[in-house]
Amino acid sequence: MPVTVEADIANGLPGFTIVGLTDRAIQEARERVKPAIRNAGFKFPPRRVTVNLAPAELPKEGTGFDLAIATAILRAEDPSLRLEGLAFLGELALDASLRPVTGVLPMARCLAAAGIRRLVVPVENASEAALAEGIEVLGAATLRSCVEYLRGEGSLIPGVRDATPAGGGPEPDMAAVRGQGQAKRALEIAAAGGHNVLMTGPPGAGKTMLARTFPSLLPDLASDAALEVAAIYSLRGTLRERPPTTLRPPFRAPHHSISRAGLVGGGTGLAQPGEISLAHQGVLFLDELCEFSRQHLEALRQPLEEHSVTVARARAAVTYPADFILIGASNPCPCGHLGDAQECRCEPRQLSAYNNKISGPIKDRIDLVVSVPRQEYRDIFEGADEEPSAVVRGRVEAARNRRGESAGHGNAGLTGRETLAAARATPPARRLLALSGERLHLSARGFFRVLRVARTIADLAGEDRVGEDALAEALHYRIEMAG
Amino acid sequence: MTLPRWIDPASPDWPVRLLHLESPPQGFWQLGTIGALSPCVAIVGSRRATFAGVEIARSIASELASAGIQVVSGMALGIDAAAHSGALDAGGSTVAVLGCGVDVCYPTRHAELRSRIITDGCLITEEPPGTPPFKHNFPKRNRIIAALAHAVVVVEATERSGALSTARWAADLGREVLAVPGSIRSRQSSGTNLLIRDGVRPFLGIGDLIDAVPELRSAIPEAALDTLPASHGGGLERFSPPLREILARMGTQPVHPDQVGLALGLSPALVASRLSALELAGAVMSLPGGLVARTV
Repeated sequence: MPVTVEADIANGLPGFTIVGLTDRAIQEARERVKPAIRNAGFKFPPRRVTVNLAPAELPKEGTGFDLAIATAILRAEDPSLRLEGLAFLGELALDASLRPVTGVLPMARCLAAAGIRRLVVPVENASEAALAEGIEVLGAATLRSCVEYLRGEGSLIPGVRDATPAGGGPEPDMAAVRGQGQAKRALEIAAAGGHNVLMTGPPGAGKTMLARTFPSLLPDLASDAALEVAAIYSLRGTLRERPPTTLRPPFRAPHHSISRAGLVGGGTGLAQPGEISLAHQGVLFLDELCEFSRQHLEALRQPLEEHSVTVARARAAVTYPADFILIGASNPCPCGHLGDAQECRCEPRQLSAYNNKISGPIKDRIDLVVSVPRQEYRDIFEGADEEPSAVVRGRVEAARNRRGESAGHGNAGLTGRETLAAARATPPARRLLALSGERLHLSARGFFRVLRVARTIADLAGEDRVGEDALAEALHYRIEMAG
Repeated sequence: MTLPRWIDPASPDWPVRLLHLESPPQGFWQLGTIGALSPCVAIVGSRRATFAGVEIARSIASELASAGIQVVSGMALGIDAAAHSGALDAGGSTVAVLGCGVDVCYPTRHAELRSRIITDGCLITEEPPGTPPFKHNFPKRNRIIAALAHAVVVVEATERSGALSTARWAADLGREVLAVPGSIRSRQSSGTNLLIRDGVRPFLGIGDLIDAVPELRSAIPEAALDTLPASHGGGLERFSPPLREILARMGTQPVHPDQVGLALGLSPALVASRLSALELAGAVMSLPGGLVARTV
């Protein structure tokens, strides 16, 4: 919501007050604005100055109001400044130069939506702000150049959108991973259908490496999706990590020691987006899934279902988008060696406690489970030539195109009824499904999960109907064990 | 409600076979509806058994139960529990010989199994009611298992397993002992493999057991005998050639699907769908940890 900054200068003892539910950073603006105005060569009015940030009941924070406050005060003294249809963003330095602030892109988009036509920002923020559609962005280096522009005496540097899509950082290629055919296949299916995956395997088997290659299987983001992602990164002030114009899906891999606020969003004052929002339109990789606390995993449930997260703080509740593919990795058991050449030393009781930890909160949202065995040295050196990511990505894109844009979140987002309609299972596949329900004790949820994955497998194979083979393969990656 | 009964050599229900022991119990407490029958077979093994071992114990027990043979074991975790529940699932009767009081549930996790055993079999112990499961009680109870049974099948045991003590008692009493062979790399089969090396008869299928124990042969009706599988393995003709090809490459030792794919030059997608087909046919089971093992 745009904030209106008003200034009043009255007779009385010299003083400077800022009101309007401000935070500490805005109160300190008084000590920046006063010298900045002086050092820009203007006079700070030696009277009683009151600045109001409206609407007054809305909490405000950050240093981005400095420029607007200074401009409002100068306008109160000098009616020749023309402010119509203009918005200001930027932090002032004591020498009156402008410093960049975070969150410029989402603010520019919001101002454009509110009908503001022009926006003055620090030059360093100009190209970022220019990514927003429908608003003219002007970059100012100092308070003085900004004021001269407002008097109609000078001009500002127009913000230019950097049109060339930047490539993100280099993405590890899947060809770098030897063997692991099952895991690679599961990741291919996940990329094609947007399914969440759990990889289990002993330590050192290559789960992390596989997960890091996963983004390379995903197609480029559409430009509006990329802008949404850039807006989130802008809020966190981490656009340096990720160029705003890159079309590659983001990849986030928070460590299990992360705080709950760091993971889902939060913090003091207005909630900041967390890792799950930074992974929006991309991949959230949780290594050692079972080491995350139960509360952390519980907190993922809502975002996994609604593709957004609402963080309520004392002052306001904020909703951030959080539509990501979850890749989880975990050891098969506490000692990590279940099913490995080295024997497992866990008690059965420990095993079930360990499995319950994942199964509780987010099992419902994981469509594919695959085990990643430790590679033998022989396999590492003598493996066949591995398929490069680009080839797999080609298949993924073809499969996604088959489904068309109608499937918002890929096959993973289909409801039960949609799944049944989309699957168009052949009669033999239906028989197989009925048999599996009986033999493998599939729950209703498990049934739909298998069918969704089978739909994606059929998409990859270019088939209109889900056949026996696709269904049987999907059953292999199911999360539920018989008995 | 069933109450525990004290059974001593004067009782008509006293199993005479216990007198084969050099130091037979003075008597024992029994809780359940069906006492120890004759003939019966003990299935024992490691508490920390592998999934394949548990499955084997369960299937031997249900084959015996469906042929009308009672299964004896010690109600411990792992193989013992699988033997009891395998027999009960097949509608048979089973006897659990305990190392604690007849009213004590140990391990506590087996409360449900315990009540099923009381309904369709019985609990037997020479310890007075209320006795906690002292460590030194278990070797004593092993001798009762060995004496009650006409034959002892050891499914999985490490070299230090209590199941080997049961096997030793049984051998001393002249009972037939059979051991399920395992991979030489599997620690859980090291004890059973040692038994085989020392001259114990390997158990390859229920036929081996029946051939070795005349009492069993005469107790099982001819008709039931015909339906029992002669030995494990074989009978793969019912699968299509692509599925047979996979089975042929798998042992009861669990393997990772990727190994199957590499060995046969099949794509991961194909391996996954064929393994599911085999699993639905009951020929393969998938284990926690992502491995698969043959069950036929």
